[in-house]
Amino acid sequence: MRLPYPSNVKIIQVPCSGRVDILHLLRAIEDGADGVYVAGCLEGECHYISGNLKAKKRVQYVKKVLEELDLEPERVEMFNLSAGEGPRFAQIAREMVERIKGLGPSPVNA
Amino acid sequence: MSELKSGSNLEKVLKAGHFAFTGECGPPKGANVEHLKEKIAPLKGMVDAVNVTDNQTAVVRMSSWAASTIMCQEGVEPNFQMVCRDRNRLAIQSDILGVYAMGIRNMLCLSGDHQRFGNHPQSKNVYDIDSMQLIALVKQMRDEGTFMNGEAIDVPPRLFIGAASNPFADPFEFRVYRLAKKIEAGADFIQTQCIYNMEKFRQFIKRAVDMGLHEKCYILAGVTPMKSVGMATYMAKQVPGMDVPDSLIQRLRGAGKGKVAEEGIQFALEQIEEFKDMEGVAGVHLMAIEWEHRVPEIAERAGVLPRPVV
Amino acid sequence: MIVADRKPLKEILEMLKGYNRILVVGCKGCVSVCNVGGSKEVGILASILKIAGKKNGLNLKVDEKTLERQCDPEYVELLKDMVDDYDVILSMACGVGPQFLSERYPESRCLPAVNTTFFGGAVQHGVWSERCAGCGTCVIHFFDGMCPIARCSKSLLNGPCGGSADGKCEISKDVDCIWDMIVRKKMEQGRLDDLLKFMPAKDWTTARDGGPRKSVREELVQ
Repeated sequence: MRLPYPSNVKIIQVPCSGRVDILHLLRAIEDGADGVYVAGCLEGECHYISGNLKAKKRVQYVKKVLEELDLEPERVEMFNLSAGEGPRFAQIAREMVERIKGLGPSPVNA
Repeated sequence: MSELKSGSNLEKVLKAGHFAFTGECGPPKGANVEHLKEKIAPLKGMVDAVNVTDNQTAVVRMSSWAASTIMCQEGVEPNFQMVCRDRNRLAIQSDILGVYAMGIRNMLCLSGDHQRFGNHPQSKNVYDIDSMQLIALVKQMRDEGTFMNGEAIDVPPRLFIGAASNPFADPFEFRVYRLAKKIEAGADFIQTQCIYNMEKFRQFIKRAVDMGLHEKCYILAGVTPMKSVGMATYMAKQVPGMDVPDSLIQRLRGAGKGKVAEEGIQFALEQIEEFKDMEGVAGVHLMAIEWEHRVPEIAERAGVLPRPVV
Repeated sequence: MIVADRKPLKEILEMLKGYNRILVVGCKGCVSVCNVGGSKEVGILASILKIAGKKNGLNLKVDEKTLERQCDPEYVELLKDMVDDYDVILSMACGVGPQFLSERYPESRCLPAVNTTFFGGAVQHGVWSERCAGCGTCVIHFFDGMCPIARCSKSLLNGPCGGSADGKCEISKDVDCIWDMIVRKKMEQGRLDDLLKFMPAKDWTTARDGGPRKSVREELVQ
């Protein structure tokens, strides 16, 4: 659809959000990402049945880890949308970037 | 049941065929002997024996054996309670000898509420033996004159052995069999958990009578007067193994402001009346915890005074 | 298997204070099966430690190694050439692991990353439940395949107690009353008489109460 979204969002494509593991999210933070988010299908509409539910739990796990490390759990997030929702995709990207701007650079980078 | 096992007042009253009436008293949360004596005083002459609880609900209080000894000194016969939660078999046997040496003659053998309920939940629990094994142990010490390991005891303790029975815990069908097992293990008398569901209790006691249990052991029915609607709803919801029928809660609600305690006592008096004539029931155990000063009045109104002197 | 839970991160970080070179060692045994100390969890913990390190301005060296087991000397031996490169060996195995590591490598600081809890099995994916207390004198055959020593809060042998309600233990609605289960099974299968038999007091000498234990297979000892 060629809708604009912020250029500081790096997209990594996976066949299903369920492919995203806890370690992927942690490594992103470790390697300096100020924020990480997972965009998966709407709940109940996962092409692979429940991959997006697994992803949701993993995101929750990483949020808890961040809290335990006195880092902001808001730096990692789960979003759900359908593959056809182009404008929603762009909106999510903007929303997350705004949120991270508000939090500032990740303390891991300091 | 021909010769006296312990010679305790409770045993003599029951053996003579009287309807027994026992009370309960919780030791203080400290070494406050004066407060304990104040609680004991109203019970004198009102009951045949008084249960002394042992760190009830796993809350630390003056030890049951110490409070029982003080009670003896005040001229009231204690029913010394011991739980299996806090002591191993060494301390248990040791304490049994100790209480007998101090003049105590009745003992109630219990498992004990888990320490998670109490005020020291981090403690290690013991449960070296269970209540059934404790009953059998006291019987062995008394009748065979030996310790658990078979060694002879230098003057065996001759205690009247009691146990608890909860007709309302689950599984209900099994409860009367557990009662039978405790009697077989050596229980001389039983005190039940406080009863509110009379219909269910009637079923339970009928089964016990059918099995002839009342001929081998004296069964005392537990009664606790409800002081308030709050107490009734708390017991209905928060206390495991307690059966409080809705009809009773409604009855208390209907009594009107300021009159609920009196209604609770009324219900208790009706129960006591029925228990006097109920086959299989040898007496009543009144648990008026922190309401000891009302016991004389309840005893009077229940028509159980004067207590028999045997 | 032996079940464990990872220690809270704050506790682990406190243990690691002052150390910069950390080897996280996993185990493919029990802790892998209960998803707390296998190679995957080692990777996760290593990443977490690096994140924590960077946040505090430390440049931590955190490496990973997962052994077949940490309770056999042959496997523990495999770390021989590595240990001197690290200040701390952080073991994700059950309580046995860090002790075996510590014995073999006394100069290294071997720390436990998990709290070992009980012997149990999976009751559903992600949930493990206690089944055995290691009392040394198994009596589950008397109780139709259920163990009251491990699964009754009071370890009663002549249960149930008066606190059993709706099939649950008095301590919590999340804990099943094993005696309720034993009684029901016996009654349903016509073995009520078993429950009327008096079970005598347990001999605890074979349990931990008797002191630390050893097991010897004479036919194997050289």
